[in-house]
Amino acid sequence: MTNSPKVMIETVNLHKSFGKLHVLQGVSNQIREGECVSIIGPSGGGKSTYLRCLNMLETPEEGQIFVEGVEITGKKVDINKHRQKMGMVFQLFNVFPHLTVKENVTMAPVLLKKKTRQEADEMAMSLLARVGLAEKADEHPGRLSGGQKQRLAIVRALAMEPDMMLFDEPTSALDPEMVGEVLNVIRDLLKSGMTTVIVTHEMGFAKEVSDRVLFMDKGVIAEEGSPAEIFGNPQNARTREFLSKVLY
Amino acid sequence: MSFETICSNIVKIMGEYWYIFLVKGVGITLLLSAITVAFGAILGSLFALAKMSRIPPLRWLVNIIVEVVRGTPILLQLYIGYFIVPQLLPFMEVSDFTSIAVALVINSAAYVSEIIRSGIQAVDRGQTEAARSLGLNGGQTMLRVVLPQAVKNILPALGNEFVTMIKETSLASTFYIGDLMTSYLAVKGRTYLALECQLIVGAIYFVLTFTLSKLIGLYERRLKSHD
Repeated sequence: MTNSPKVMIETVNLHKSFGKLHVLQGVSNQIREGECVSIIGPSGGGKSTYLRCLNMLETPEEGQIFVEGVEITGKKVDINKHRQKMGMVFQLFNVFPHLTVKENVTMAPVLLKKKTRQEADEMAMSLLARVGLAEKADEHPGRLSGGQKQRLAIVRALAMEPDMMLFDEPTSALDPEMVGEVLNVIRDLLKSGMTTVIVTHEMGFAKEVSDRVLFMDKGVIAEEGSPAEIFGNPQNARTREFLSKVLY
Repeated sequence: MSFETICSNIVKIMGEYWYIFLVKGVGITLLLSAITVAFGAILGSLFALAKMSRIPPLRWLVNIIVEVVRGTPILLQLYIGYFIVPQLLPFMEVSDFTSIAVALVINSAAYVSEIIRSGIQAVDRGQTEAARSLGLNGGQTMLRVVLPQAVKNILPALGNEFVTMIKETSLASTFYIGDLMTSYLAVKGRTYLALECQLIVGAIYFVLTFTLSKLIGLYERRLKSHD
């Protein structure tokens, strides 16, 4: 990675606690435009909390977050404007059950006046077609499989035309046979050069698609590097131990 | 007193006083219950919002109201309403019906606020997070994502509150405001046939509440089938 692309997300010394649990203990990093960064590590290591801090779903107690140069941890920031630029996909899909598949996609762009109803409808249909959900457009998500729900959730986030995407364990709640279809959609998205941060337990996928891998443990980034470095020649003892347990 | 006498008395009473029971009594009971639940829902929503608000004194105030209402007998509340409401509004003529309705509305709001609060909080937190991550603000999230889902939890419970109110409003007869139980008192006073009148009124109450419960059950099942 050269230093030329601009920094999309920068975090400086983030700290976050839940009660007595000190989940983030000073996390600093820079994510550059067009980069795909995977975050791996043991459960409870702070991966998801870190990701959820990036769009302020969790408020860090200490430290700063800059998104495209603006400090979103500042007091007078309109966080909603920044979130529109940061698509997020959740482990448990969180699709809206009271809306049809198409309405799931169009609600935010129309409500937030990014698109007219007609433009949003057209875009929704083309996005849904891209992930193979066009014929489900008028159904409610209750009738979709887990894989379909997650594809819908990805499309819903893309409909806001974000500058970057955050994935929080997007395949962890899926039946094994549905993991592939969701990873394919993400792979496709990465081809377009979207800046992406993925928290994942899919080591093969992280190795394949990432430009950079962060290994998080005990609230810090214990090691970071290219996939070849992290998976091929990990330097940190904790990284080695973790990888030896998950790469069997 | 034989079974036959009771039956023929009931037929006779109904022949003569059906209007007082079925039209006036049922009408006012349903009207009072509907007013109570409708305004109770509005006030209860405000209470629920106050309970979830970030302003502590507002939360305390509403919690105090709710706890007092839930911890005292409804009949006592009706007495207090009956005497206090006209004094609070000295510039206008307040009917007994209005005073009682006000007391019932406050009573109902206390219970409805719990129904609404728990209905809202039963909506998965992930829904709020998803909406906020798209850039919706708190109000938009509440209106477009949380409330539409909470309504499915709230409406059936609100229907049951209506059924409960049909029975509770019978206490309003203490003040002779014309509801079904007042009809009972009036007709019993004229005919001296207490048991027969009790059976008639009991049957009417039962038919009302049973029918409504069944309708709510049907509606609830229809809501569920949409998921």
